[in-house]
Amino acid sequence: MNRGMTIIVKTVARLISGLIFLFGFYIICHGHLTPGGGFAGGVVVSGGFILLFLAYGSEEAKNEIKIWRASICESLGTFFFWLTAMIGLLGGSFFFLNILPKGKPFHLLSAGIIPLCNLFIGIEVAASVFGIFIALSTLKRGDKS
Amino acid sequence: MVTQLYLLIGLMILGSIIALELKDLLSAVISLGIVGFSLTLAFLILQAPDLAIVQIVVETLSLVILIAAILKTTREDTNQGLNVKEFSIWAAGILCALFLIFANQSIGLMSPFGFPNTRMAQNYLTLGVEKTGAVNIVAAIILDFRGYDTLGEATVLFTSVMGVLATLRLVGRKK
Repeated sequence: MNRGMTIIVKTVARLISGLIFLFGFYIICHGHLTPGGGFAGGVVVSGGFILLFLAYGSEEAKNEIKIWRASICESLGTFFFWLTAMIGLLGGSFFFLNILPKGKPFHLLSAGIIPLCNLFIGIEVAASVFGIFIALSTLKRGDKS
Repeated sequence: MVTQLYLLIGLMILGSIIALELKDLLSAVISLGIVGFSLTLAFLILQAPDLAIVQIVVETLSLVILIAAILKTTREDTNQGLNVKEFSIWAAGILCALFLIFANQSIGLMSPFGFPNTRMAQNYLTLGVEKTGAVNIVAAIILDFRGYDTLGEATVLFTSVMGVLATLRLVGRKK
């Protein structure tokens, strides 16, 4: 598992991972229109990352992927989700108030703050699932994260 | 619909019993996967695609992690068997039987599926699109009506990742 798998697996993983990211991003963006949302899309995106990680092996991925980046993405996702909720308190009257314009139903830009919340939850979930995975598989005794 | 659900539940029970009884851990993990993927199908039959998407990916990832753990350690079941007294088994069996009897009675007292007692749920369904603008009623509920819950969930996930990273780092940070 350290050196990665054969060249067939690597090529297929490289080709397919883009489609997986696209699908995850689609689920996140259309969370207020179709089934899915931040949690489902975030898990799909992190699945794409994990596919690449498994195909290329932990030694090669260790140079490219740093665990603090996942940690920072996750913290920023949570923070911006909270900030989106605070918009209602600052600009309107109470926490989690949906003050952005609602738009027309069935349109991509509708439903006020719900797509924003979905986006930030998606970032947080993707970064945290992938962060746990690389923490479990790469951190060893004596490593500095 | 109910027949398919019973079939799936039977398959899940069978898979978990096989996973308990097998001596080879790799086969046990794979038969544990039967439970997760049957649960995905059950969610689809119950018309909950939101949950099915999450469940299928999470099940695959947890299988990958378990198989990686087995490949790095051992494939044999090293459990020596538990020294359980006969009294404990009887006590556990009687408790389970009592729980099932009382649960059966209390489920009979509940209002039928699709007719909730609370008036709130009806409002969510009828006024959801009008008040939030989101067509997906699940997103409207979890991110608008029950936004506090989702913020709490996101915080729980954040805290658990912080805990995992702090535990696995092993080298303490010096000042």
